[in-house]
Amino acid sequence: MTSSKQALAQSASSADAAPGSQPGAARRAHGRGTPPPGPDSWRSRLYRWDMKASPYAFIAPFFIFFGAFGLVPLLYTAWYSLHNVQLSNLDQQTWVGLDNYKNLMSSDFFWGALQNTFTIGVISTVPQLVMAIGIAHLLNYKLRGSTMWRVVMLTPYATSVAAATLVFVLLYSWDGGMINWLLGFVGVDPVNWRESTWGSQFAVSSIVIWRWTGYNALIYLAAMQAIPSDLYESAALDGAGRWQQFRHVTIPMLRPTILFTVVVSTIGATQLFGEPLLFGGASGSKGGSEHQYQTLGLYMYDQGWIIGNLGKASAIAWTMFLILLIVAAVNLLITRRLRKSQ
Amino acid sequence: MTTRELTPPQVKDAVEKSGPGGTGRRRLLGAGKQLHAGPVTYVVLAVFALVSLAPLLWTVVAASRTNQRLAETPPPLWIGGNLFKNLEAAWNEAALGTAMLNSTIVAGTITVGTVLFSTLAGFAFAKLRFRFSSLLLLLTIGTMMIPPQLAVVPLYLWMSELGWSNQLQTVVLPTLVSAFGTFFMRQYLVQALPSELIEAARVDGASSLRVVWHVVFPAARPAMAVLGLLTFVMAWNDFLWPIIALNQQNPTVQVALNSLGTGYVPDQAVIMAGALLGTLPLLIAFLLFGKQIVGGIMQGAIKG
Repeated sequence: MTSSKQALAQSASSADAAPGSQPGAARRAHGRGTPPPGPDSWRSRLYRWDMKASPYAFIAPFFIFFGAFGLVPLLYTAWYSLHNVQLSNLDQQTWVGLDNYKNLMSSDFFWGALQNTFTIGVISTVPQLVMAIGIAHLLNYKLRGSTMWRVVMLTPYATSVAAATLVFVLLYSWDGGMINWLLGFVGVDPVNWRESTWGSQFAVSSIVIWRWTGYNALIYLAAMQAIPSDLYESAALDGAGRWQQFRHVTIPMLRPTILFTVVVSTIGATQLFGEPLLFGGASGSKGGSEHQYQTLGLYMYDQGWIIGNLGKASAIAWTMFLILLIVAAVNLLITRRLRKSQ
Repeated sequence: MTTRELTPPQVKDAVEKSGPGGTGRRRLLGAGKQLHAGPVTYVVLAVFALVSLAPLLWTVVAASRTNQRLAETPPPLWIGGNLFKNLEAAWNEAALGTAMLNSTIVAGTITVGTVLFSTLAGFAFAKLRFRFSSLLLLLTIGTMMIPPQLAVVPLYLWMSELGWSNQLQTVVLPTLVSAFGTFFMRQYLVQALPSELIEAARVDGASSLRVVWHVVFPAARPAMAVLGLLTFVMAWNDFLWPIIALNQQNPTVQVALNSLGTGYVPDQAVIMAGALLGTLPLLIAFLLFGKQIVGGIMQGAIKG
């Protein structure tokens, strides 16, 4: 902080003149005649203590709440994952070491859930981000009613997982469903969206894509608007057409944003839970009759609160965390590579 | 402000009149962001807009029909006569009255807490000097990586021990602060709050709390509004923890919709009516504040 007398005088006058601020307090305090008090007075000690302590007081709520409800539980989850904890008998917690993890490694349902999480993650994230870039590019043109278009594209974001999934369940129903009926027009046989593996995984992914494409489009649009226009001008001078400008100017300039959305979507995909749960209806926590769309998040819920094995659920949670850390590390490596290659 | 709006009118005219296949000079003017959208752009955007809105519009159609009609082919495309009957059935079957009240209390409290605590912490990180501030900020951002699944088992056990199962504070407490919110407010206040303003108040002997009340809050108000809207949407739509922590006797809207959707003899028309009711409050808020929410997401993206 600058503390020369001149700067202070300047800033004091600018405070009074600043529009939109509430100068009353400062001026009133000034009027009451409380200049910076002498070095030894009680007031000055209080004032210095206030200066020192208040930053910590301001950040304290975040760290207290996060510590109590985020960090400590995280460690306890690791502890419970080494115990046998049953929902039906919470008081009896016995040490079992790595048994819960060994149990997971030998479970076909765990590997199935891992694979489903991966495939659903890929078929929901990739089209979502590609379409989002396309939409952002279109929204970046000079448009009539540009705000209206943006709000409409974002509407699915305001819809809850529960409401959206219930609607899509009906759209995807076997007979009388809108999607199969529309497919009939182009001569495609009806698909069993609930029972077939690919069909159900595609259906679950489409709910994710529907809810999040507009959101990502806005993030890309924001980044596109920050690209300096002289980059396009010099590209145009070099004879680059629209498509080449998009490829050689827009995409490289968006790279950090793209990486950001990939990381965020990957985290989201790893935790996918509500969509498959509700898509399955009564057999929701199983992820369909053959577990064909049971994700890791759903598997954890099923093991913990339907079957009642909270120790195993804790082990699943920690395994998910480790997978996320690996994904983050790989992402970091790729980012470094990209930076070096530039 | 974008450069597009700063283009002088004469230049715009020149670009518009030049048409396709212009020479270098015209292409230069038309390069990049200054381009006007052609009819193709509008058509493609309209298709995406239709895809965005169609499921919501069709929910109204489905909610106004009977279960039998929904199972027939072709599916109904226009409003039928059963809307109010189905809305009433959904309202009663899923205890949506209680659920709406609960969701309002939960999302409202979370919003107030998140906005207040994020503004305080964001201000400290943006404008105050203290030891380890950059390390603590990095830590805050890092916590965004931790998935909520990692906390639910211990939280569930502790809340049962406290006798708080099925009570609203169980849902509120773990969600009351937000790393994203803290970072969002910090990024906003770094630019929007002139340091001279704080120093001036300090020179006048104002305590930290006075500074917060009379200088920080007024300066942060636009960002607080946006963060509040985003937080409310997120809290209203939260699913995982409420479904573990609450039962069907004391549900939030999402828990109520889940119980409606997992019945063994589903009445699809009533389920659609429930989905419609559960989304309606947010859709109305979105109609009123959509512009601000859009702006908030774009701002968070640029600076984040």
